Amino acid sequence: MRHRTEEELIAYRYGETKEREAIAAHLRECAQCRAEMEQIEKVYTAMSAAAVPEPGEEFERRVWQKVALRLEDSKPKWWAGLLEPRRLALVGAVAALVLLAFYLGRKTGTVGPVLEQAEAGKVRERVLVVAVGEHLGRSEMVLMELENAQTRENQKTVNIAATQRRAEDLVEENRLYRETALETGDQVMAKTLDELERALLDIANSPEEVTPAQFEVIRKRIEAQGLLFKVRVVKHGLEERKASPNAKPAENQAGATERKKA
Amino acid sequence: MTEAVEVSDAIAVERTLAGDRDAYRVLVERHSRMVYGMAYRMTGDAHEAEEVVQEAFVRGYQKLRQFAGQANFGTWVYRIAANYAIDRIRQRKVQESRMTTASRPDEEALELDPVSNLRDRAPSPERLAESGQLAERMRAALETLSPAERTAIVMRHWDGCGIEEIAAVLRSNSNATKNTVFRAVQKLRRALEPFLEGKAHVIGTEG
Repeated sequence: MRHRTEEELIAYRYGETKEREAIAAHLRECAQCRAEMEQIEKVYTAMSAAAVPEPGEEFERRVWQKVALRLEDSKPKWWAGLLEPRRLALVGAVAALVLLAFYLGRKTGTVGPVLEQAEAGKVRERVLVVAVGEHLGRSEMVLMELENAQTRENQKTVNIAATQRRAEDLVEENRLYRETALETGDQVMAKTLDELERALLDIANSPEEVTPAQFEVIRKRIEAQGLLFKVRVVKHGLEERKASPNAKPAENQAGATERKKA
Repeated sequence: MTEAVEVSDAIAVERTLAGDRDAYRVLVERHSRMVYGMAYRMTGDAHEAEEVVQEAFVRGYQKLRQFAGQANFGTWVYRIAANYAIDRIRQRKVQESRMTTASRPDEEALELDPVSNLRDRAPSPERLAESGQLAERMRAALETLSPAERTAIVMRHWDGCGIEEIAAVLRSNSNATKNTVFRAVQKLRRALEPFLEGKAHVIGTEG
Protein backbone atom coordinates (compact mmCIF):
# COMPACT_ATOMS: atom_id res chain seq x y z
CA MET A 1 0.00 0.00 0.00
CA ARG A 2 1.47 3.30 -1.09
CA HIS A 3 1.16 6.23 1.28
CA ARG A 4 -0.20 9.41 -0.22
CA THR A 5 2.08 12.41 -0.57
CA GLU A 6 1.42 15.77 1.04
CA GLU A 7 0.82 17.20 -2.43
CA GLU A 8 -1.82 14.58 -3.22
CA LEU A 9 -3.57 15.17 0.09
CA ILE A 10 -3.66 18.93 -0.42
CA ALA A 11 -5.03 18.48 -3.95
CA TYR A 12 -7.65 16.13 -2.45
CA ARG A 13 -8.53 18.76 0.15
CA TYR A 14 -9.18 21.23 -2.66
CA GLY A 15 -11.14 18.70 -4.70
CA GLU A 16 -8.57 19.01 -7.46
CA THR A 17 -7.58 15.41 -7.96
CA LYS A 18 -8.69 12.79 -10.44
CA GLU A 19 -8.10 10.12 -7.80
CA ARG A 20 -10.68 11.39 -5.37
CA GLU A 21 -12.28 8.05 -4.67
CA ALA A 22 -9.00 6.14 -4.49
CA ILE A 23 -7.61 8.65 -2.00
CA ALA A 24 -10.80 8.61 0.05
CA ALA A 25 -10.67 4.80 0.19
CA HIS A 26 -7.00 4.90 1.16
CA LEU A 27 -7.70 7.40 3.91
CA ARG A 28 -10.34 5.10 5.36
CA GLU A 29 -7.83 2.26 5.59
CA CYS A 30 -4.54 3.97 6.40
CA ALA A 31 -4.20 5.50 9.86
CA GLN A 32 -0.89 7.12 9.00
CA CYS A 33 -2.23 9.05 6.01
CA ARG A 34 -5.33 9.95 8.00
CA ALA A 35 -3.08 11.44 10.68
CA GLU A 36 -1.17 13.35 7.98
CA MET A 37 -4.47 14.63 6.59
CA GLU A 38 -5.49 15.78 10.08
CA GLN A 39 -2.25 17.71 10.36
CA ILE A 40 -2.92 19.43 7.05
CA GLU A 41 -6.48 20.10 8.15
CA LYS A 42 -5.15 21.89 11.24
CA VAL A 43 -3.36 24.34 9.00
CA TYR A 44 -6.64 25.07 7.22
CA THR A 45 -8.48 25.43 10.51
CA ALA A 46 -5.82 27.87 11.72
CA MET A 47 -6.08 29.82 8.45
CA SER A 48 -9.83 30.13 8.74
CA ALA A 49 -9.63 31.14 12.39
CA ALA A 50 -6.99 33.87 11.90
CA ALA A 51 -9.00 37.05 11.67
CA VAL A 52 -8.15 40.31 9.90
CA PRO A 53 -8.05 43.18 12.41
CA GLU A 54 -11.19 45.30 12.24
CA PRO A 55 -10.40 48.52 10.32
CA GLY A 56 -12.95 50.56 12.27
CA GLU A 57 -16.46 51.85 11.65
CA GLU A 58 -15.22 54.91 9.82
CA PHE A 59 -13.20 52.82 7.39
CA GLU A 60 -15.42 53.13 4.31
CA ARG A 61 -15.87 56.87 4.77
CA ARG A 62 -12.14 57.36 5.29
CA VAL A 63 -11.33 55.44 2.11
CA TRP A 64 -13.84 57.44 0.10
CA GLN A 65 -12.44 60.75 1.39
CA LYS A 66 -8.91 59.80 0.36
CA VAL A 67 -10.04 58.38 -2.98
CA ALA A 68 -12.26 61.40 -3.75
CA LEU A 69 -9.29 63.74 -3.29
CA ARG A 70 -7.40 61.81 -5.89
CA LEU A 71 -10.20 61.69 -8.44
CA GLU A 72 -9.99 65.43 -9.08
CA ASP A 73 -7.45 65.00 -11.81
CA SER A 74 -7.44 61.34 -12.56
CA LYS A 75 -7.85 61.05 -16.30
CA PRO A 76 -5.26 58.51 -17.34
CA LYS A 77 -1.97 60.09 -18.22
CA TRP A 78 1.02 58.24 -19.48
CA TRP A 79 3.16 59.55 -16.65
CA ALA A 80 0.59 59.13 -13.86
CA GLY A 81 2.11 55.98 -12.42
CA LEU A 82 5.56 57.53 -12.28
CA LEU A 83 4.80 59.60 -9.21
CA GLU A 84 4.58 56.67 -6.83
CA PRO A 85 7.51 56.69 -4.40
CA ARG A 86 8.84 53.33 -5.47
CA ARG A 87 9.15 54.51 -9.02
CA LEU A 88 10.93 57.73 -8.20
CA ALA A 89 14.37 56.17 -8.62
CA LEU A 90 13.42 55.28 -12.17
CA VAL A 91 12.02 58.78 -12.71
CA GLY A 92 15.31 60.19 -11.40
CA ALA A 93 17.22 58.38 -14.10
CA VAL A 94 14.74 59.53 -16.75
CA ALA A 95 14.93 63.13 -15.48
CA ALA A 96 18.71 63.04 -15.86
CA LEU A 97 18.21 61.98 -19.47
CA VAL A 98 15.74 64.84 -20.04
CA LEU A 99 18.32 67.32 -18.80
CA LEU A 100 20.94 65.77 -21.04
CA ALA A 101 18.63 65.86 -24.06
CA PHE A 102 17.73 69.49 -23.29
CA TYR A 103 21.38 70.41 -22.95
CA LEU A 104 22.24 68.72 -26.24
CA GLY A 105 19.30 70.48 -27.91
CA ARG A 106 20.52 73.87 -26.70
CA LYS A 107 24.03 73.13 -27.80
CA THR A 108 23.00 72.26 -31.32
CA GLY A 109 20.56 75.17 -31.39
CA THR A 110 17.51 73.16 -32.41
CA VAL A 111 15.23 74.45 -29.64
CA GLY A 112 13.64 77.67 -30.85
CA PRO A 113 10.60 79.34 -29.26
CA VAL A 114 8.18 78.23 -32.01
CA LEU A 115 9.35 74.67 -32.08
CA GLU A 116 9.56 74.25 -28.34
CA GLN A 117 6.40 72.22 -27.95
CA ALA A 118 7.15 69.87 -30.78
CA GLU A 119 10.68 69.54 -29.45
CA ALA A 120 9.38 68.71 -25.99
CA GLY A 121 7.38 65.83 -27.47
CA LYS A 122 10.42 64.58 -29.31
CA VAL A 123 12.57 64.87 -26.21
CA ARG A 124 10.01 62.85 -24.26
CA GLU A 125 9.97 60.19 -26.89
CA ARG A 126 13.76 60.10 -27.03
CA VAL A 127 13.92 59.74 -23.27
CA LEU A 128 11.49 56.84 -23.41
CA VAL A 129 13.43 55.27 -26.24
CA VAL A 130 16.60 55.36 -24.14
CA ALA A 131 14.88 54.11 -20.96
CA VAL A 132 13.05 51.26 -22.69
CA GLY A 133 16.23 50.33 -24.55
CA GLU A 134 18.09 49.98 -21.26
CA HIS A 135 15.23 47.99 -19.77
CA LEU A 136 15.31 45.58 -22.72
CA GLY A 137 19.08 45.25 -22.32
CA ARG A 138 18.67 44.19 -18.70
CA SER A 139 15.85 41.78 -19.59
CA GLU A 140 17.99 40.27 -22.33
CA MET A 141 20.65 39.49 -19.71
CA VAL A 142 18.11 37.65 -17.54
CA LEU A 143 16.87 35.58 -20.49
CA MET A 144 20.45 34.82 -21.55
CA GLU A 145 21.36 33.73 -18.05
CA LEU A 146 18.63 31.12 -18.24
CA GLU A 147 19.44 30.08 -21.77
CA ASN A 148 23.14 29.65 -21.07
CA ALA A 149 22.90 28.07 -17.63
CA GLN A 150 24.64 24.69 -17.55
CA THR A 151 23.31 21.90 -15.39
CA ARG A 152 25.79 19.27 -14.26
CA GLU A 153 25.09 15.58 -14.62
CA ASN A 154 23.53 14.12 -11.44
CA GLN A 155 22.75 17.61 -10.18
CA LYS A 156 19.67 17.34 -7.94
CA THR A 157 18.48 20.94 -7.88
CA VAL A 158 19.19 24.20 -9.66
CA ASN A 159 19.01 27.39 -7.64
CA ILE A 160 17.66 30.27 -9.71
CA ALA A 161 17.13 32.69 -6.81
CA ALA A 162 19.57 35.32 -8.11
CA THR A 163 18.06 35.36 -11.62
CA GLN A 164 14.60 35.45 -10.04
CA ARG A 165 15.42 38.53 -8.04
CA ARG A 166 16.59 40.33 -11.18
CA ALA A 167 13.41 39.24 -12.97
CA GLU A 168 11.25 40.55 -10.08
CA ASP A 169 13.11 43.83 -10.29
CA LEU A 170 12.22 44.14 -13.97
CA VAL A 171 8.54 43.19 -13.75
CA GLU A 172 7.33 46.49 -12.33
CA GLU A 173 9.15 48.75 -14.79
CA ASN A 174 8.14 46.43 -17.61
CA ARG A 175 4.48 46.90 -16.69
CA LEU A 176 4.96 50.66 -16.72
CA TYR A 177 6.58 50.66 -20.17
CA ARG A 178 3.95 48.23 -21.51
CA GLU A 179 1.14 50.52 -20.35
CA THR A 180 2.92 53.53 -21.87
CA ALA A 181 3.38 51.68 -25.17
CA LEU A 182 -0.33 50.78 -25.19
CA GLU A 183 -1.35 54.36 -24.50
CA THR A 184 0.91 55.74 -27.20
CA GLY A 185 -0.39 53.11 -29.66
CA ASP A 186 2.93 51.35 -30.20
CA GLN A 187 1.36 47.90 -30.68
CA VAL A 188 4.48 45.95 -31.58
CA MET A 189 6.34 47.26 -28.56
CA ALA A 190 3.35 46.59 -26.31
CA LYS A 191 3.06 43.02 -27.57
CA THR A 192 6.75 42.26 -27.08
CA LEU A 193 6.69 43.81 -23.60
CA ASP A 194 3.58 41.78 -22.79
CA GLU A 195 5.32 38.54 -23.75
CA LEU A 196 8.41 39.62 -21.87
CA GLU A 197 6.35 40.35 -18.77
CA ARG A 198 4.83 36.87 -18.85
CA ALA A 199 8.29 35.32 -19.10
CA LEU A 200 9.67 37.50 -16.28
CA LEU A 201 6.71 36.57 -14.10
CA ASP A 202 7.14 32.94 -15.04
CA ILE A 203 10.72 33.14 -13.75
CA ALA A 204 9.76 35.19 -10.69
CA ASN A 205 6.91 32.84 -9.73
CA SER A 206 8.89 29.61 -10.03
CA PRO A 207 10.30 27.98 -6.90
CA GLU A 208 13.83 29.10 -6.03
CA GLU A 209 15.11 25.54 -6.14
CA VAL A 210 14.03 23.55 -9.17
CA THR A 211 15.01 20.13 -10.45
CA PRO A 212 17.02 20.10 -13.71
CA ALA A 213 13.89 18.74 -15.42
CA GLN A 214 11.70 21.61 -14.15
CA PHE A 215 14.43 24.04 -15.12
CA GLU A 216 14.42 22.63 -18.66
CA VAL A 217 10.64 23.14 -18.80
CA ILE A 218 10.97 26.82 -17.87
CA ARG A 219 13.77 27.26 -20.37
CA LYS A 220 11.90 25.50 -23.18
CA ARG A 221 8.78 27.58 -22.54
CA ILE A 222 10.76 30.78 -22.94
CA GLU A 223 12.71 29.49 -25.91
CA ALA A 224 9.52 28.37 -27.67
CA GLN A 225 8.28 31.95 -27.83
CA GLY A 226 11.48 33.14 -29.52
CA LEU A 227 11.44 35.86 -26.91
CA LEU A 228 15.14 36.55 -26.74
CA PHE A 229 15.15 37.13 -30.49
CA LYS A 230 12.13 39.47 -30.35
CA VAL A 231 13.63 41.46 -27.49
CA ARG A 232 16.86 41.87 -29.48
CA VAL A 233 14.99 42.98 -32.60
CA VAL A 234 12.94 45.59 -30.73
CA LYS A 235 16.02 46.77 -28.86
CA HIS A 236 17.87 47.10 -32.15
CA GLY A 237 14.95 49.11 -33.56
CA LEU A 238 15.13 51.43 -30.57
CA GLU A 239 18.84 51.89 -31.00
CA GLU A 240 18.22 52.98 -34.58
CA ARG A 241 15.53 55.40 -33.41
CA LYS A 242 17.98 56.76 -30.86
CA ALA A 243 20.66 57.26 -33.51
CA SER A 244 18.25 58.86 -35.99
CA PRO A 245 15.26 60.37 -34.17
CA ASN A 246 13.42 61.11 -37.43
CA ALA A 247 13.20 57.45 -38.44
CA LYS A 248 9.66 56.07 -38.54
CA PRO A 249 8.88 54.22 -35.32
CA ALA A 250 5.61 52.70 -36.50
CA GLU A 251 6.85 49.60 -38.25
CA ASN A 252 9.61 47.56 -36.80
CA GLN A 253 11.24 44.32 -37.68
CA ALA A 254 9.66 42.24 -34.95
CA GLY A 255 6.26 42.80 -36.49
CA ALA A 256 7.57 42.03 -39.95
CA THR A 257 9.23 38.85 -38.71
CA GLU A 258 6.04 37.75 -36.96
CA ARG A 259 4.06 38.18 -40.15
CA LYS A 260 6.66 36.27 -42.17
CA LYS A 261 6.44 33.42 -39.68
CA ALA A 262 2.68 33.43 -39.98
CA MET B 1 -23.16 38.91 -4.27
CA THR B 2 -26.88 39.21 -4.96
CA GLU B 3 -28.31 40.12 -8.31
CA ALA B 4 -29.76 43.32 -6.83
CA VAL B 5 -26.29 44.47 -5.76
CA GLU B 6 -24.90 43.66 -9.21
CA VAL B 7 -27.63 45.71 -10.88
CA SER B 8 -27.14 48.56 -8.45
CA ASP B 9 -23.37 48.41 -9.11
CA ALA B 10 -23.94 48.49 -12.85
CA ILE B 11 -26.11 51.60 -12.46
CA ALA B 12 -23.48 53.27 -10.27
CA VAL B 13 -20.83 52.51 -12.92
CA GLU B 14 -23.01 54.02 -15.66
CA ARG B 15 -23.66 57.15 -13.60
CA THR B 16 -19.98 57.53 -12.77
CA LEU B 17 -19.12 57.26 -16.45
CA ALA B 18 -21.74 59.89 -17.20
CA GLY B 19 -19.82 62.28 -14.95
CA ASP B 20 -21.53 61.78 -11.58
CA ARG B 21 -18.52 61.35 -9.34
CA ASP B 22 -20.57 60.74 -6.19
CA ALA B 23 -22.01 57.60 -7.77
CA TYR B 24 -18.55 56.17 -7.40
CA ARG B 25 -18.82 56.64 -3.67
CA VAL B 26 -21.46 53.91 -3.55
CA LEU B 27 -19.04 51.50 -5.18
CA VAL B 28 -16.15 52.46 -2.91
CA GLU B 29 -18.20 52.17 0.26
CA ARG B 30 -19.78 48.91 -0.78
CA HIS B 31 -16.64 47.03 -1.76
CA SER B 32 -13.74 48.54 0.18
CA ARG B 33 -14.00 46.23 3.21
CA MET B 34 -13.88 43.11 1.08
CA VAL B 35 -10.80 44.42 -0.73
CA TYR B 36 -9.24 45.39 2.61
CA GLY B 37 -9.37 41.78 3.88
CA MET B 38 -7.31 40.59 0.94
CA ALA B 39 -4.96 43.58 1.11
CA TYR B 40 -4.29 43.01 4.81
CA ARG B 41 -3.47 39.35 4.31
CA MET B 42 -1.23 40.22 1.39
CA THR B 43 0.70 43.01 3.11
CA GLY B 44 0.39 42.03 6.78
CA ASP B 45 0.00 45.67 7.71
CA ALA B 46 -3.17 47.69 8.35
CA HIS B 47 -1.79 50.97 7.04
CA GLU B 48 -0.37 49.44 3.88
CA ALA B 49 -3.60 47.52 3.32
CA GLU B 50 -5.58 50.76 3.42
CA GLU B 51 -3.23 52.28 0.86
CA VAL B 52 -3.77 49.28 -1.40
CA VAL B 53 -7.56 49.76 -1.12
CA GLN B 54 -7.32 53.45 -2.00
CA GLU B 55 -5.02 52.83 -4.94
CA ALA B 56 -7.27 50.05 -6.27
CA PHE B 57 -10.31 52.35 -6.31
CA VAL B 58 -8.41 55.22 -7.90
CA ARG B 59 -7.14 52.85 -10.61
CA GLY B 60 -10.62 51.41 -10.96
CA TYR B 61 -11.99 54.90 -11.58
CA GLN B 62 -9.35 55.63 -14.20
CA LYS B 63 -10.02 52.34 -16.01
CA LEU B 64 -13.77 52.33 -15.53
CA ARG B 65 -14.47 52.39 -19.26
CA GLN B 66 -12.64 49.09 -19.60
CA PHE B 67 -15.00 47.59 -17.02
CA ALA B 68 -18.20 48.16 -18.98
CA GLY B 69 -20.05 44.85 -19.43
CA GLN B 70 -17.64 42.72 -17.42
CA ALA B 71 -18.53 40.31 -14.60
CA ASN B 72 -19.25 42.35 -11.50
CA PHE B 73 -17.61 45.42 -10.12
CA GLY B 74 -16.53 43.76 -6.85
CA THR B 75 -14.61 41.00 -8.63
CA TRP B 76 -13.10 43.51 -11.01
CA VAL B 77 -11.81 45.94 -8.41
CA TYR B 78 -10.63 42.99 -6.30
CA ARG B 79 -8.45 41.89 -9.17
CA ILE B 80 -7.01 45.39 -9.64
CA ALA B 81 -6.17 45.43 -5.93
CA ALA B 82 -4.59 41.97 -6.06
CA ASN B 83 -2.41 43.05 -9.00
CA TYR B 84 -1.31 46.14 -7.15
CA ALA B 85 -0.72 44.28 -3.87
CA ILE B 86 1.49 41.64 -5.49
CA ASP B 87 3.57 44.36 -7.17
CA ARG B 88 3.94 46.05 -3.87
CA ILE B 89 5.06 43.01 -1.91
CA ARG B 90 7.41 42.03 -4.72
CA GLN B 91 8.98 45.46 -4.51
CA ARG B 92 9.25 45.11 -0.75
CA LYS B 93 10.99 41.73 -1.04
CA VAL B 94 13.48 43.19 -3.49
CA GLN B 95 14.22 46.10 -1.16
CA GLU B 96 14.50 43.81 1.85
CA SER B 97 16.85 41.45 0.07
CA ARG B 98 19.05 44.41 -0.88
CA MET B 99 19.16 45.58 2.72
CA THR B 100 19.99 42.07 3.89
CA THR B 101 22.76 41.85 1.31
CA ALA B 102 24.31 44.99 2.69
CA SER B 103 24.21 43.92 6.31
CA ARG B 104 24.81 40.17 6.34
CA PRO B 105 27.68 38.10 5.00
CA ASP B 106 25.72 34.88 4.45
CA GLU B 107 22.44 36.35 3.37
CA GLU B 108 21.67 33.85 0.63
CA ALA B 109 21.47 30.86 2.95
CA LEU B 110 19.43 32.76 5.50
CA GLU B 111 16.99 34.15 2.98
CA LEU B 112 16.33 30.73 1.57
CA ASP B 113 15.54 29.37 4.97
CA PRO B 114 11.90 30.02 5.82
CA VAL B 115 12.47 29.21 9.47
CA SER B 116 15.14 31.84 9.98
CA ASN B 117 12.98 34.24 7.99
CA LEU B 118 10.14 33.55 10.38
CA ARG B 119 12.39 33.92 13.40
CA ASP B 120 13.57 37.33 12.21
CA ARG B 121 10.03 38.53 11.96
CA ALA B 122 8.70 36.82 15.04
CA PRO B 123 6.71 39.38 17.02
CA SER B 124 7.56 40.22 20.61
CA PRO B 125 5.77 38.19 23.30
CA GLU B 126 3.98 41.35 24.43
CA ARG B 127 2.55 41.86 20.99
CA LEU B 128 1.43 38.25 20.81
CA ALA B 129 -0.40 38.65 24.09
CA GLU B 130 -2.00 41.90 23.03
CA SER B 131 -3.47 41.03 19.70
CA GLY B 132 -4.19 37.32 19.77
CA GLN B 133 -1.52 34.71 19.15
CA LEU B 134 -3.03 33.02 16.16
CA ALA B 135 -3.48 36.14 14.05
CA GLU B 136 0.13 37.13 14.74
CA ARG B 137 1.46 33.66 14.00
CA MET B 138 -0.43 33.64 10.75
CA ARG B 139 0.88 37.06 9.80
CA ALA B 140 4.44 35.90 10.50
CA ALA B 141 3.89 32.61 8.65
CA LEU B 142 2.55 34.47 5.59
CA GLU B 143 5.77 36.51 5.57
CA THR B 144 7.73 33.33 4.83
CA LEU B 145 5.94 32.92 1.49
CA SER B 146 7.10 34.37 -1.81
CA PRO B 147 4.83 37.12 -3.25
CA ALA B 148 3.30 34.66 -5.73
CA GLU B 149 2.67 32.02 -3.07
CA ARG B 150 1.14 34.57 -0.76
CA THR B 151 -1.17 35.92 -3.45
CA ALA B 152 -2.17 32.41 -4.46
CA ILE B 153 -3.10 31.20 -0.97
CA VAL B 154 -4.86 34.43 0.03
CA MET B 155 -7.00 34.36 -3.10
CA ARG B 156 -7.60 30.61 -2.93
CA HIS B 157 -8.25 30.03 0.72
CA TRP B 158 -9.67 33.20 2.17
CA ASP B 159 -11.39 34.62 -0.87
CA GLY B 160 -12.35 31.36 -2.56
CA CYS B 161 -11.08 32.41 -5.99
CA GLY B 162 -10.80 29.80 -8.76
CA ILE B 163 -7.43 28.67 -10.08
CA GLU B 164 -7.98 30.48 -13.40
CA GLU B 165 -8.67 33.74 -11.63
CA ILE B 166 -5.49 33.40 -9.57
CA ALA B 167 -3.50 32.40 -12.64
CA ALA B 168 -4.65 35.62 -14.33
CA VAL B 169 -3.24 37.72 -11.48
CA LEU B 170 -0.01 35.72 -11.37
CA ARG B 171 0.01 35.77 -15.19
CA SER B 172 0.78 32.09 -15.04
CA ASN B 173 -0.91 28.90 -16.23
CA SER B 174 -3.27 26.84 -14.13
CA ASN B 175 -0.91 23.92 -13.45
CA ALA B 176 1.85 26.23 -12.26
CA THR B 177 -0.72 28.09 -10.15
CA LYS B 178 -1.91 24.87 -8.51
CA ASN B 179 1.71 24.14 -7.64
CA THR B 180 2.09 27.62 -6.20
CA VAL B 181 -0.95 27.05 -3.95
CA PHE B 182 0.51 23.72 -2.90
CA ARG B 183 3.89 25.26 -2.03
CA ALA B 184 2.12 27.97 -0.04
CA VAL B 185 0.17 25.45 2.06
CA GLN B 186 3.33 23.43 2.58
CA LYS B 187 5.32 26.46 3.76
CA LEU B 188 2.50 27.65 6.02
CA ARG B 189 2.35 24.20 7.52
CA ARG B 190 6.10 24.21 8.25
CA ALA B 191 5.90 27.67 9.74
CA LEU B 192 2.82 26.99 11.86
CA GLU B 193 3.63 23.45 12.95
CA PRO B 194 5.59 24.39 16.10
CA PHE B 195 2.59 26.45 17.15
CA LEU B 196 0.01 23.79 16.30
CA GLU B 197 2.18 20.93 17.60
CA GLY B 198 0.73 20.84 21.11
CA LYS B 199 -2.63 19.72 19.84
CA ALA B 200 -1.27 17.53 17.05
CA HIS B 201 -0.83 13.78 16.71
CA VAL B 202 2.67 12.60 15.97
CA ILE B 203 2.79 10.70 12.71
CA GLY B 204 5.09 7.81 11.86
CA THR B 205 7.48 7.92 8.96
CA GLU B 206 7.57 4.40 7.61
CA GLY B 207 5.80 3.29 4.47
